[in-house]
Amino acid sequence: MNRQFFKDDLAFGWPVRGGLTAKDVASRLSQSRREFLRTTAGLALGTAVGSSSPFLRGEVIRKKRKTIVVTFGGGARDQETFAPEGQENIPHLINELAPQSSFFTHVTNQGILGHYVATASLTTGVYETLNNFSAVPPEHPTVFEYFRKDLRRPASDTWVVAPSNGFNRIGESNSRGYGPGTGAAVILPKHLLSATAPGATEDLDHLLRDNYETPLYTPRLSGGEFELQQLGSILRLSVADFMAHARTLSSPDELSVYIAKRLMQQEAPSLLWITMHDIDVAHSGAYSLYVEGIRRTDRLCAELWKTVQSEPEYAGNTTMFILPDFGRDSDFEPGGNGFQHHRTGDAASRTTWMMALGAGVRPGVVFDDPMQSVDLVPTLGAMLGFTPEESKGRPIKEFM
Amino acid sequence: MQPRELQAEQFSDYPPEAKRVVLAHLDALRELPLIFIPSLLREVIDYDFKFPAERFAIDRELASLSGRSQAQRRDQFQAFDRLSISPKLELYDWINQPAQFTEQLSAYLWSTHQLDAFRAAATEYGSRLQSEMPSEPLPARRLGIAVIGQGVTSFDGRLFKNLRGHGTYFNQIKPEHGLDLLLEGIDARSKTYSVPYGHWYVDGGQEANHSALLTCISYRSLEPVRKALLRDVSTEIEKPGMGPEELRTHLARLTPSDLGMTPGGDAVLDRFQLKVLTEGSGTQIFSTTFAQWTAREVLRRAQALTLLVRFAPRQRQRPMNELLSNSQGNSEVDPLGSLIDADMASYYHWINQQRLPGYDRSVFLVWFEGHNEALVVAPTLPRGATSNSALDLGQLLALAIS
Repeated sequence: MNRQFFKDDLAFGWPVRGGLTAKDVASRLSQSRREFLRTTAGLALGTAVGSSSPFLRGEVIRKKRKTIVVTFGGGARDQETFAPEGQENIPHLINELAPQSSFFTHVTNQGILGHYVATASLTTGVYETLNNFSAVPPEHPTVFEYFRKDLRRPASDTWVVAPSNGFNRIGESNSRGYGPGTGAAVILPKHLLSATAPGATEDLDHLLRDNYETPLYTPRLSGGEFELQQLGSILRLSVADFMAHARTLSSPDELSVYIAKRLMQQEAPSLLWITMHDIDVAHSGAYSLYVEGIRRTDRLCAELWKTVQSEPEYAGNTTMFILPDFGRDSDFEPGGNGFQHHRTGDAASRTTWMMALGAGVRPGVVFDDPMQSVDLVPTLGAMLGFTPEESKGRPIKEFM
Repeated sequence: MQPRELQAEQFSDYPPEAKRVVLAHLDALRELPLIFIPSLLREVIDYDFKFPAERFAIDRELASLSGRSQAQRRDQFQAFDRLSISPKLELYDWINQPAQFTEQLSAYLWSTHQLDAFRAAATEYGSRLQSEMPSEPLPARRLGIAVIGQGVTSFDGRLFKNLRGHGTYFNQIKPEHGLDLLLEGIDARSKTYSVPYGHWYVDGGQEANHSALLTCISYRSLEPVRKALLRDVSTEIEKPGMGPEELRTHLARLTPSDLGMTPGGDAVLDRFQLKVLTEGSGTQIFSTTFAQWTAREVLRRAQALTLLVRFAPRQRQRPMNELLSNSQGNSEVDPLGSLIDADMASYYHWINQQRLPGYDRSVFLVWFEGHNEALVVAPTLPRGATSNSALDLGQLLALAIS
């Protein structure tokens, strides 16, 4: 297993100045998020609320509950988001979603900081060690498999919408007792485009193949008969309509959100997982494109939440989680190159946040206690009533 | 193989200077932990193509290791000794392929959750080494200059946000002949303080006229090499079994002549340029990334005494809907986006400069090209201040380094 994109991790390079430990930095990051949210968005500290649980029990009838998880595959740092200088980039998250949410300021990812492997870890509740650049399934059962098995849900009740490369195997594991046919179907919007736009220009071809983490390597997509079938039978879209709409969109994430909305209308899955990826253009080193990606993702999260409010199957009974899979390197980490990568494993690259909003969630509360990204799956299990037996995470205590 | 089994003949494929350096310190190398030694050999194996500052650092580190007793070395490396390594890695040809070894070691450390411990050990090692060996005094203050915003007619945003707290913001700069004045200024430094690879001019577009005493790299002059690299990559990724990791290994093995660089030139500089293009992410695609990464590497590796970086507009990132319309070509540039890229890059330029010896005396100047905004960070100028002095760039530079 050779993940050479981590090459610079082991650079002895330049000395570190300053005496903050990784723990100090992580703690300061979470404190700055908390203070910012308290002053700007008017959120209260969780420990100051009478009952610290972010969930309002008994509000939602479990069998009707819908859950949407939105991850950012391409972490965004505080200084471009929740820190004072970054707030201009996330007006929707700050002004519209945060006041409605329970906000967790201190989420750490102790696993491998590659997007596929980290997202796989988020779905299994175990820090997976698979090769980030191989199209292999997670080793441990996914949340989709637990959900379907324990709650006896059909395949149509859980879906993943994800960027193309590698993520096509994320819907189900190769774990004994689970595996093929027991998890979520995966829709890869870029594959749909690839199937419907043959003879694309070289630049479009690059966009469809790009995985950002390795800008020079663009594995060929295999969009074809299966993707066309997904368009027709599941999304109930003609190729012409799909292409006509795609031509109005500026990025792959906009296409992902369009597909997600279509899924909500046509299939109304109870567990929907969407992975955004535009922010990861940061790997190209162009800061302005990275910030554009953050602004677009901010807008798309709000757009998705508005859709939840307007869709009869989702309005009033949907809980949505938003979290980056991890952060990005600090400007001051000598082994990295600032926002461009997430290779060093420093506190800024491992520490991020999570927002929960909607049905059953106590709005306007900030929770400071550290949690890990692998805690998401057991938390979902506690909420929805399944048992993620192989997960290494723990349900977030405020949820219990 | 374990380091204690090292023999002189195992370094027969090393370039001559690298071999000489290794053999002079073979006894000390035999006592280093396997998890550490390939990281050192990765630097040594390229010794013949290193800048003087890098050679000096390698020589000094090896001399330090050789000068220690066995007990001192054991103490120095005990944090590394606590880390485990896989049997597969033990069998790897880490003598002749130390870079590939460290890449695989990195993957192993990530997957076994030992990366943080390794980082801590490496940081401790580096800090200790640095504290034990004070740096040589510099002949002059280190000077960094960033020229940003070429082609931007107006900008409403606030520039130099990250740097304002560290220096003085000038809002009445006379922009006429600004680049020429700055180049004249660094030319004068290069004449006064003759240091091999000490004075650099990096241009993200077409380089301006400059003194031959400056080491110059430009995006435009490397266009044939960049195109050759992208052609090579296109060919490689079509090969069966090719993936990101295999591609990376392939790129690491490329030589300047593989990409059409003329033999007989400056071998050290050619290797440096090759590495900027093959190791830097995005340097082949965006000129702003090229300029930023080159500046970082010039400071990290050559420890330039003077570095002027001029950013040029990069190509525009075309949105998906435009790509779907099947329109061909992409000759447009994005001056405004490039200004934002370069503004951040100038901050990184300053940070990277501050990592080098003499940081407390160093000077940094950033200028919005063609406009009247500039900022100077210098020990002689106040922090967080604004000046409305009407200075040209030559006067500003003189003030900065006074």
